[in-house]
Amino acid sequence: MTGKEYRTITDVKGPLVFLNKTEPVAFGEIVTLRLANGDIKNGQVLDTSDDLVIVQVFEGTAKINRETGVTFMGDVFKLPVSTDLVGRILDGAGRPRDGGPEIVADEKADIIGAAINPYSRQSPNDFIQTGVSAIDLCTSLVRGQKLPIFSASGLPHNDIALQIARQAKLKDSDEEFIVVFCAMGITAEEYNFFRSDLERTGALENAVLFVNLADDPAVERIITPRLALTAAEYLAFEKDYHVLVIYTDMTNYCDALRQIGAAREEVPGRRGYPGYMYTDLAMLYERAGIVKGKKGSITQFPILTMPGDDITHPIPDLSGYITEGQIVISRELHQQGIYPPINVLPSLSRLMGSCIGEKTTREDHKSVSDQMYAAYAQGRELRGLVAIVGEDALNERDKQLLDFSGVFEDKFLRQTRDEDRSIEETLDLCWTLMSSIDTKYLVRLDQKWIEKYHPDNRE
Amino acid sequence: MSNEGVIYRISGPVVTATGMSAAMYDVVRVGHEGLMGEVIELHGEKAVIQVYEDTSGIRPGEPVLNTEETLSVSLGPGLLTQIYDGIQRPLPTLEKEMGVFITRGVDADAFDLEKIWTFEPQVAVGDEVVGGQVIGHVQETDTIIHKIMVPPTVSGTVKSIESGDFNVTQTVCVLEDGTEMQMMQKWPVRTPRPFQQKYAPDTPLVTGMRILDFLFPLAKGGAAGIPGPFGSGKTVTQQSLAKYSDAQLVVYIGCGERGNEMTEVLDEFPHLIDPNTGKPLMERTVMIANTSNMPVAAREASVYTGITIAEYFRDMGYDVALMADSTSRWAEAMREISSRLEEMPGEEGYPAYLSSRIAEFYERAGRVETLNGDDGSVTVIGAVSPPGGDISEPVSQGTLRIVKVFWGLDAGLARQRHFPAINWLNSYSLYPQSLDQWFRDNIAQDFPEIRTQISGLLQIESELQEIVQLVGSDALPVDQQLTLEVARMIREFFLQQNGFHDVDAYCDIHLQYHMAKAILSFQDAAKSAMADGALLNDVVNVPARSDLMRGRFEKGYIDRIDSMVKKMNDEIADAVESN
Ligand SMILES: Nc1ncnc2c1ncn2[C@@H]1O[C@H](COP(=O)(O)OP(=O)(O)OP(=O)(O)O)[C@@H](O)[C@H]1O
Ligand SMILES: [Mg+2]
Repeated sequence: MTGKEYRTITDVKGPLVFLNKTEPVAFGEIVTLRLANGDIKNGQVLDTSDDLVIVQVFEGTAKINRETGVTFMGDVFKLPVSTDLVGRILDGAGRPRDGGPEIVADEKADIIGAAINPYSRQSPNDFIQTGVSAIDLCTSLVRGQKLPIFSASGLPHNDIALQIARQAKLKDSDEEFIVVFCAMGITAEEYNFFRSDLERTGALENAVLFVNLADDPAVERIITPRLALTAAEYLAFEKDYHVLVIYTDMTNYCDALRQIGAAREEVPGRRGYPGYMYTDLAMLYERAGIVKGKKGSITQFPILTMPGDDITHPIPDLSGYITEGQIVISRELHQQGIYPPINVLPSLSRLMGSCIGEKTTREDHKSVSDQMYAAYAQGRELRGLVAIVGEDALNERDKQLLDFSGVFEDKFLRQTRDEDRSIEETLDLCWTLMSSIDTKYLVRLDQKWIEKYHPDNRE
Repeated sequence: MSNEGVIYRISGPVVTATGMSAAMYDVVRVGHEGLMGEVIELHGEKAVIQVYEDTSGIRPGEPVLNTEETLSVSLGPGLLTQIYDGIQRPLPTLEKEMGVFITRGVDADAFDLEKIWTFEPQVAVGDEVVGGQVIGHVQETDTIIHKIMVPPTVSGTVKSIESGDFNVTQTVCVLEDGTEMQMMQKWPVRTPRPFQQKYAPDTPLVTGMRILDFLFPLAKGGAAGIPGPFGSGKTVTQQSLAKYSDAQLVVYIGCGERGNEMTEVLDEFPHLIDPNTGKPLMERTVMIANTSNMPVAAREASVYTGITIAEYFRDMGYDVALMADSTSRWAEAMREISSRLEEMPGEEGYPAYLSSRIAEFYERAGRVETLNGDDGSVTVIGAVSPPGGDISEPVSQGTLRIVKVFWGLDAGLARQRHFPAINWLNSYSLYPQSLDQWFRDNIAQDFPEIRTQISGLLQIESELQEIVQLVGSDALPVDQQLTLEVARMIREFFLQQNGFHDVDAYCDIHLQYHMAKAILSFQDAAKSAMADGALLNDVVNVPARSDLMRGRFEKGYIDRIDSMVKKMNDEIADAVESN
């Protein structure tokens, strides 16, 4: 149902258009705007009353004037969903970008998405092996988790995300993930990098891409991740797929939010971002999970770049308050030439406890992970001390730990971009590396695992 | 004007209606779908309503109906073991009605109105009863007797009283003036339930967490704030309190946090045993889950729903503990609504009334003499999530001004995997004075003195650490090196406690005392051995000491600890000779 066309625009401000009295317009209703030259723009109602309607225009308000015709489409924003989505590339507003046909809908789904009833959730506990040692050992990923990458500009977060997308699998299973990839304001070069990698590995056939690039309308970024998650929910909860959603870059998304807030003259929160940004981000991140009675799952891998490498910046800060841990990429390690430059110390997977151990990975996983972490943390700290007092002042234990921290980075963290280590390989590697430290200093290792796995005690 | 009006404006969760008579906090039904809302502001003809469900698709001109009731909770048998959303709709019922996604426009009774409970009368015909008086008992779960009370505003002479099986809406008692009473009653959430008087707290809420009970104890009826950056342990701490604290009832509010965390509690609690009663934990628990992606107005209401339920059980004479995770999300909900109302913002965009709302909320904690002369308490523990972990922000500051216990979580400790990551140098409790007598009488005469010694050692350690940073520890005299070792033992053996460990997650308060004494005993033994010529290194490394420290991971430690200490001390004494 489309209604009549209005020419009652009074004000245009940033991405917002203000209209005088119209027929009753629904909150959230979709709007099309027809410019004098025939171009069409799209928008959504942000505020509606008997006297005034405020519309947020996705494509920006350039060329909009009082002559622009405004039509209210009678419904909220919906995405046509069907399994035909798989293998397709769409733009940031859900239109084909690959020259293919329009999506033939099985149904249309509201892109805001309803909240999963907490009572209907099922606790995630299936270990996903990413083949990246640092992640598998220290911040194990669980199917149904939301685990962001906290990175910064110029760091290889895209390579890591792609490596995970390629290698992620359940241990002892060849069940594959469908990748839903959502680009928000990334450069064409970055996008091509993603696309060609997915193409090269054949993953594209099993993926859906929603793409809003740096030169696409900024406000459109508000809906792009919602489209991607709506597609993901359909595939996971209607069609039983295990879906891995990668979205990048959340920082651009948040900047678009800030832009709308400013245009509405809202009281800004920290650093100009809207006060409701926590809730807004939660409406995206919480769309991960597993629900009772459904076979599929949604695992989220958001990527964000921390402005100024600052983890207390509102974007990583609010994300960290919602997600189930974080993987932190380190500029320092990157500069040392280490790939993947994951700093395990501030990284965390909150769901790890439920997915590792005898039944899922290996009995010694927790013990090894704790010990590797502790030894590396102590070694790193000693680097600071050595800088002041010199290496000679260290006792034997500290010397071993200091050396270990280098080995940890060089042998454990470092791996190639197509090196897919099984969790057993990762754990065995840890034992080999830890054997450079006297057993008596390895206080976090259970004696029974030392007897079973320490190289001195194996054949 | 009638009780029916029409929608004038919709802006997110805030809807304005015209043409309707309304009073503040009236509950209204909005739009054709009848979404639940509450009047929060009046402007001449216009009533501003916060709506507890998603408003997209709603149009101006749709009807609004004023129910003329205030936002209330239903109170009665059936509350325990439930999980509700912010406005007391049971989530299992919503699942039945809507499937796994929460859509809107569904009403749900707070509990099964048909379920039959056995009512045992506690008054007889002709008795005078007053508000709050217990007229009957219902064994709601194995552990909890639900006491049916006269509503606070009612009194009179009992004309008839029933005994036997009834549902919660059937009349079980009639007064001479014709007032009928059922097992269910309602109470408006924004009004504290009345009591006779507040008492000064004198009993600790024993939590089983050493750093809390021993160094920073919370009183039953007290209030505590747990601020901390993301990932520092607010939720794990709150969940541990819900599991192990010696409250008789627990109200757990997941306010604007993760869905999976509520699922975890739901999965875990039915299988966990309350260490204080030996019964399943779920039987003493009521949960409220309004997660971060559920409507913000219902998030705003959720803390009131929770505390009203807590007060109701308090009025039966129970000790209730309430956890709110996280009060910052509640404050943010207030901020969002306030900004939609275009109110003049205070600090950081929060409404000017933020700190008074926080204070009013925590003031509903307390140990009271109930209307029926019993003694009950509500202890409130609120998590705070300061942006960037910086507690100079308004929610943290508003909380710290009112609570008497501050458990400050520390990102640095969490990164070192020192859990619970509570900073022992800046945390505090203002209760020790009023609780010391209890500790002396119930645990040990010298309990407060032992506490002072332990915290003194930690203080000295922090001063010595500053020197160590500059010159290294070898440069210190041996007695100070020993102090550092003792302090390390306090941190690693006593303060650290893995919230997920089968045995050590909960530590009996008597055992806590023995462990603290064991540390001081090590210090004494080491000092005297070193005075006799033993080397620090030998003293620290006696095998019995690591046995003692590891012992806490095994069951039955309390029976073994004294002999383990003795063995340690013997080995330390031997270190003199071996030298
Ligand atoms: N007492 C504890 N024992 C063991 N591990 C803990 C403890 N406290 C915290 N942790 C670890 O820290 C992680 C984060 O803790 P938690 O979820 O409680 O943080 P939070 O402060 O609630 O964070 P957020 O504000 O993001 O919700 C846990 O998943 C766990 O790994
Ligand atoms: Mg938490």
